[in-house]
Amino acid sequence: MNLTAEQKRVLWEDRFGISLADGQIGIALAGNPNVGKSTIFNALTGLHQHTGNWPGKTVDNAQGAFLYEQKSFLLVDLPGTYSLLAHTVEEQIARDFLCFAYPDVTIVVLDATCLERNLNLALQVFEITPKVIVCLNLMDEAEKKRLMIDVPSLERELGVPVVATAARQGVGLTELKQKIVQVASGSLQTNPRQIVYSSEVEKAVKQLLPLVGSLANNTLPLRWLALRLLDGDRSFLESLSSYLGVDPCWEGLRCAQ
Amino acid sequence: MKKTQRIDPLADLAPGSVCRIVSLELSGLLRRRILDLGIVPGTLIRCIRRGPSGDPTAYLVRETLIALRSEDAAQISVRTLLNGEECV
Repeated sequence: MNLTAEQKRVLWEDRFGISLADGQIGIALAGNPNVGKSTIFNALTGLHQHTGNWPGKTVDNAQGAFLYEQKSFLLVDLPGTYSLLAHTVEEQIARDFLCFAYPDVTIVVLDATCLERNLNLALQVFEITPKVIVCLNLMDEAEKKRLMIDVPSLERELGVPVVATAARQGVGLTELKQKIVQVASGSLQTNPRQIVYSSEVEKAVKQLLPLVGSLANNTLPLRWLALRLLDGDRSFLESLSSYLGVDPCWEGLRCAQ
Repeated sequence: MKKTQRIDPLADLAPGSVCRIVSLELSGLLRRRILDLGIVPGTLIRCIRRGPSGDPTAYLVRETLIALRSEDAAQISVRTLLNGEECV
């Protein structure tokens, strides 16, 4: 989404109650629970934090600002989730922020000791936005467990920058900030790996693609939209109608069902 | 000679034993949730212990301890490990 700074500022304020300063770069921080997401958040933002609640929800919301290379960044800490397919309030908040706030960069924090389970969330985020950085945290724990991770290969497989960190020791944070700058400015292009589903699903997605274009005025990836419609994901339809004013009785929905 | 593999519900697994997930008969959001936790066909799962009244049961999946209600575990099909198959 190409929004002007002013449009984005208004949108963040109206939709999520978050005040983005003029020209500030907005970053979403996603990850499973207990991967050290808050440690990364604190390490990057220090004391420049603002906490509150997500609008209308009893879920904590933390934002923090930091400066790097004369640029200002606002980091938004999303609730820790295993998935974005919305069965809990936390998942709904994380998904809605990624879909309707159009962050300039999204960092997905993964537990390096348990990659298999953590990559699920990363792959889901890849379907929503290409501007992703994977942060492989708890590298110190992985080392203790004698786990070796081939970061360059992982980067190649995922198609996005992968930064290894041990946030408690402050390791890797400078590299993380450098990647944030590069991805935000577009000087580093990403090409996140997309999951190919069974031929049945892919066929249905193909049929839906021409229909969903008008649904969100091209503000959301069409593939993601088509997949959610096929899922019959009610909570996503509700968000579509509340954020974008999509008519829940839209004809394409019936085609999907 | 090829032995036929027995398929059992996960709920019948005794504490201490290991098996491999074959399929999930669950549907809807619960199915999605279980998949998101890393319980997918082919995954190794170890039964750790049962709750005081026999429910829920703790399982070790991908190095994480997860508690499942027996009514849900009853809808997950597993097969016992073949000789020589690796354990979790």
